[in-house]
Amino acid sequence: MNFSYLTDPAHWDLGNPGSIPHLIVSHLGYTALALLFGVIIALPVGLYIGHTGKGSFLAINAGNAGRSLPTLGLLMLMVTLLGLGLLPVLIALTVLVIPPILTSAYAGMRNLDHRVVDAARGMGMRPWQVLTRVELPMALPVLLSGFRNAALQVVATATVAAAVGLGGLGRLLIDGLAVNDYSRVLAGAIVVAALAVLVDLFLALIQRLIVSPGLKGLS
Amino acid sequence: MIQYLTNNYEIVWQALQEHLYLALLPILFGFVISLPLGYLAVRFTWLYHPLINTFGVLYSVPSLALFVFLPVILGTKVLDPVNVVVALTVYTVALLARTVADGLRSVDPVVVQAATAMGYRRTRRLIDVELPIALPVILAGLRVATVSNISLVSVGSLIGIGGLGQLFTRGFQLFYLEPILIGIILSVLLAGIADLIIVLVQRAVTPWTRAA
Repeated sequence: MNFSYLTDPAHWDLGNPGSIPHLIVSHLGYTALALLFGVIIALPVGLYIGHTGKGSFLAINAGNAGRSLPTLGLLMLMVTLLGLGLLPVLIALTVLVIPPILTSAYAGMRNLDHRVVDAARGMGMRPWQVLTRVELPMALPVLLSGFRNAALQVVATATVAAAVGLGGLGRLLIDGLAVNDYSRVLAGAIVVAALAVLVDLFLALIQRLIVSPGLKGLS
Repeated sequence: MIQYLTNNYEIVWQALQEHLYLALLPILFGFVISLPLGYLAVRFTWLYHPLINTFGVLYSVPSLALFVFLPVILGTKVLDPVNVVVALTVYTVALLARTVADGLRSVDPVVVQAATAMGYRRTRRLIDVELPIALPVILAGLRVATVSNISLVSVGSLIGIGGLGQLFTRGFQLFYLEPILIGIILSVLLAGIADLIIVLVQRAVTPWTRAA
């Protein structure tokens, strides 16, 4: 166990574009963009399927189908089709996060207590109000656990970006491997794992802040 | 596609075989290790959370890092398939130990009490009563682990051992679509078939779940 790469202050120098903080920033950038696109694409679809019950089959099987797609293969396929750049990496990572977000949005909407929704309608709420004030807040715990799952997966998988010449913490792994510098590989592994834990803790905190206090006993 | 397949039949076939054993061995080992671990987490309640959290962290280590790093810990060669097998076994245990624990916890205490009252001792009760009832939950976890393992094997190709992943790196280096496409299709097919087999086994061994 050689921690020299990780503890060398030169590798934490902000002025150096290949330093660990810079790699963390680009890594988080890929992660955030993939999650953003994933939410834009998968959330409405998942909520719609969960709300109407149409196409449940799609939502249930999206998870397994998505998991079986090898991200590395998809990434290399996209690079071969589109050339090197950010776009193929984002496409591959977005495809990775769509299934967990879709499935959790669907499950959250499906498992609502229908009496509450009926009561909201009975009180005279419009469909849009029922969705935004009752259904969404109640589905939030399930939805967020799916989102956290997706975030964790992307943080760990964004390392493959380095395999096609981009940045992110995968650089430490790929470059360290290329020159047999195991202390660099170890630094990459530790920083990615720590980042995944921190991102998860951060999202857990957000979850505590935005989930309605009335639901705390339920989830 | 067909042209590529006929010309490179040997390579594809070998990659497929390698992929199969690299994915399925860890599933087997992981399953065998997870059963006692999951049981311990239920038997000794204070173990549950530390165990779950430890595995959560392990699961967030990128597979590439684990593949590269294991030789340093195990003293194996970098190009030794053992590294990939051990790494994927770690992921399998990280997923399954939790599922086994949750499955065993989901067994109705009334049923456990009834079995105890009928004279079942702890071990017999576990094997004859609790495990079968927890099986649907455990097998659901096994499905997830199997499918994700089959897709993770290909990451090993970045260090030179990765079953079908070799077709990805080969296509990527030559800027050639066909091997990549064939690799993806075969990998997805393998995952689908493995998933289907587990579902069929589950239906056969837990007939009572179908009545509901």
